[in-house]
Amino acid sequence: MSTPELTSGMDRRHFLKISSTATAGLSVGFFVPQSAQAANTPQLNVWLEIEPNDTIVIRYARAEMGQGSMTSAPMMIAEELEADWKKVRVEYATAHENLRTKRAYGDMASVGSRTIRNSQEYLRKAGATGREMLIAAAAQQWGVPASECKAALSKVTHVPSKRTLSYGKLAAAAAKLEAPKDVKLKDPKDWTLIGKSIPRVDIPDIVTGRVKYGIDAQVPGMLHAAIAASPVFNGTVKSMDASKVENRRGIVKVLNLGTFVAVVADNWWRAKEALRDVAVDWDVGEHGTLSSAAIMAHFKAGMDQPELAVARNDGNTPDAMSKAAKVIEAEYFTPYLAHATMEPMVCTAWLQGDQLDVWCSTQNPESTLAVAAATAGVPQANVKVHPMQLGGGLGRKSPQDFTRQAVTIAKAMPGKPIKMLWSREEEIQHGLYRPASLMRFKAGLSATGKAEALHIRVCAPSILATLLKLPLPKGVDGQAVASFNDHPYDIPNTLVDYAQRNTNVPVGFWRTVGHSQNPFGRECFIDEMAQAASKDPVEYRLAMLPNNEKANRDRAILLAVTKAAGWDKKLAPGVFRGVAATDGYGSWTACVCDVSVNAKNEVKIHRIVIGIDPGYAVNPDNIVAQFQGSVVHGLTAIFWGENTIKDGRVEQSNFHDYRMMRLNEMPKVEVVIAPTGGFWGGVGEPAQAPLAPAVANAISAALGKRIRSLPLKNHGLTLARA
Amino acid sequence: MEIVNMKLSVNGKSHTLDVEPEMPLLWALRDELDIKGPKFGCGIAQCGSCTVLLNGEPVRSCAYPVSGAAGQKVITIEGLADKGRLHAIQQAWIDHQVPQCGYCQGGQMLAAVALLKKKPKPTDEDIDAAMTNICRCGTYARMRTAIHAAAKKGTRA
Repeated sequence: MSTPELTSGMDRRHFLKISSTATAGLSVGFFVPQSAQAANTPQLNVWLEIEPNDTIVIRYARAEMGQGSMTSAPMMIAEELEADWKKVRVEYATAHENLRTKRAYGDMASVGSRTIRNSQEYLRKAGATGREMLIAAAAQQWGVPASECKAALSKVTHVPSKRTLSYGKLAAAAAKLEAPKDVKLKDPKDWTLIGKSIPRVDIPDIVTGRVKYGIDAQVPGMLHAAIAASPVFNGTVKSMDASKVENRRGIVKVLNLGTFVAVVADNWWRAKEALRDVAVDWDVGEHGTLSSAAIMAHFKAGMDQPELAVARNDGNTPDAMSKAAKVIEAEYFTPYLAHATMEPMVCTAWLQGDQLDVWCSTQNPESTLAVAAATAGVPQANVKVHPMQLGGGLGRKSPQDFTRQAVTIAKAMPGKPIKMLWSREEEIQHGLYRPASLMRFKAGLSATGKAEALHIRVCAPSILATLLKLPLPKGVDGQAVASFNDHPYDIPNTLVDYAQRNTNVPVGFWRTVGHSQNPFGRECFIDEMAQAASKDPVEYRLAMLPNNEKANRDRAILLAVTKAAGWDKKLAPGVFRGVAATDGYGSWTACVCDVSVNAKNEVKIHRIVIGIDPGYAVNPDNIVAQFQGSVVHGLTAIFWGENTIKDGRVEQSNFHDYRMMRLNEMPKVEVVIAPTGGFWGGVGEPAQAPLAPAVANAISAALGKRIRSLPLKNHGLTLARA
Repeated sequence: MEIVNMKLSVNGKSHTLDVEPEMPLLWALRDELDIKGPKFGCGIAQCGSCTVLLNGEPVRSCAYPVSGAAGQKVITIEGLADKGRLHAIQQAWIDHQVPQCGYCQGGQMLAAVALLKKKPKPTDEDIDAAMTNICRCGTYARMRTAIHAAAKKGTRA
């Protein structure tokens, strides 16, 4: 892989020169307009440039936060371009360029595991268009029909005469040709890149420390801001007294910004230390008494709410339930969860007159641009959003609350570049939390154990209504009922209803969102149904899956994973097993987990077998990495993850009381990739869906009692060292 | 206690600093010297994203006063490669595609380098004991594999 130029390309654009002097430790940087460097490089379309030395620059229009799309999205273009991957360099497209070109790069958000599935078609077409233009240029030069020419490995060959020309030599002529309107995409069986494990383009710069994250932005004359928002959500500043810190070394300004206070200093540590000594009286309104118990009571009241939003209504569930031979019922609960991205919220903003530059760890640079412009009160065309690598995103860096804060500070300090960085405490206590959710399941079984009726009632806050302020179709938040409203099982009478129960705790998209919690309830309750029917949980699920395209994928991945796990083989004494099958983000997943629980309530995970059918497996090793990582993310939540509310505020504040899984707890994980082709599914999020129920079902089997709430620490359980 | 003009050696280069002695080493590196490899993660020595080597020992620089490092040798991830030649740990990290977002990985690699210096052929238990930094992306399995791989190839001093 020749990728050392990756960030030098980025450096050229955004940090042309960074030099530090031995004496003062100052940094000097300046920026060049983007057009300056690209002026003489033939551009076949917005996605690709080919330099005379055969280097192919492919633009990447989303964020990179560890999900690997900065490699797999350009693979889409390179595949159809017939590019020699060794000669490809990836560079970021920018939100301001997207604005200028009326969204030539399309959607730039990295959310919902959708980068590949939503952009694969236009990326492949961009590559194919480039390929056809290069072939046409070669054919023209040789005076032969294009149909006699073939492209491969960055070269066009005239097949009869075996003459060849490299893309670098053809690019200038090709760029002058008209782009073909219709291009034929390659048959998947002819792919040479897609489906191969390609090393990630950003890793060489990560291991040398060269890659620049949002927190690493460096601008001449930059100042640093530490901030504190009201410890009770949505509170405002009643009064502020900064007299104790104003004359301290390095402190430039202390700002009362209405909903938060900021200390601006020449070093972030000085700002953060001073912030502690700024006395703030917060107006917290009526919210200062909110507690986890009050929230639970609010959810429980939703269970008896007379009018509920109906998300699914097949058959006649109340009637079928009343006729059932056996009825079982259970309540499940999942808590609020903060994201805890390793890099806290960070944004650098520099307002010079009516021009605004922003360096931001953002999952949605277009939204960053819009929010920054609106906050500063400048036209969108005057804003530049400089792409940075993200130190994790996990859904938290898509909403732009922190961009708004940073630009608000910059507006109060015109002419000064300000880097605003949150403390870990700020991050955990001012999250946009995965909603807590209370779910009630009721099933009516026939005398033979067949599921005749299923009623699922969800009481939970709505992300869509409160964060995005979207109208809910028929009052239903799709995330709150995800995996319920679309369960694949052949249960003729299914009723899913929803009580929207918002609180003052703000909620947002947390990796895997509704699929991180609802499958825990659904697939554990399916286990309860299988148990009530005295059936094997895999057999029970297979028997309930109808014969349709969607359910056939559920069946295929469940069979692939249970086969890999050896479901039919006997387990060692004391070892118990759980299973779950789910779908989400356009992919199908299943998981089998083997555990034992000792007398000290330590859960030993012997093995996790987890699998996916993503349709096409674009970069298989990256899928394995995403699944290994998702297991860690998931187990952290399953065992310890919980944000509790007391006096209107989040009780946890840092990693000492919001515990993360560590290396010595990492169990054995086997990833099964079983692509069936014909569709494109996501890979960054689906793994968490079947994990929690498989783990909980295994533990329930081991304990002989049902686990119906998370985290497991509240059941006295801990994760044994691996 | 006022120390003026502290000397700090970072990645073989000498720097003079006039800062509060209690300023954490992390913020002297990041905001005074523009050495951005060490990352901020928690500020309370829990996560290890800020790990640097101080005379070869891993130190969580967010909770380590800069005065404690004065006159000593600090190595950050930027200083791990030797004149462009990657350290065996860096190469193993590439070979096994360890990083995801990469934010914690500088600290992780330095912790691994310190481990291999003490125990050139570490056991799984040695790795468990030494690798205590948090990785939110969950790259733990690959880190373990990469450390064993680097140990197998042998590391230079």
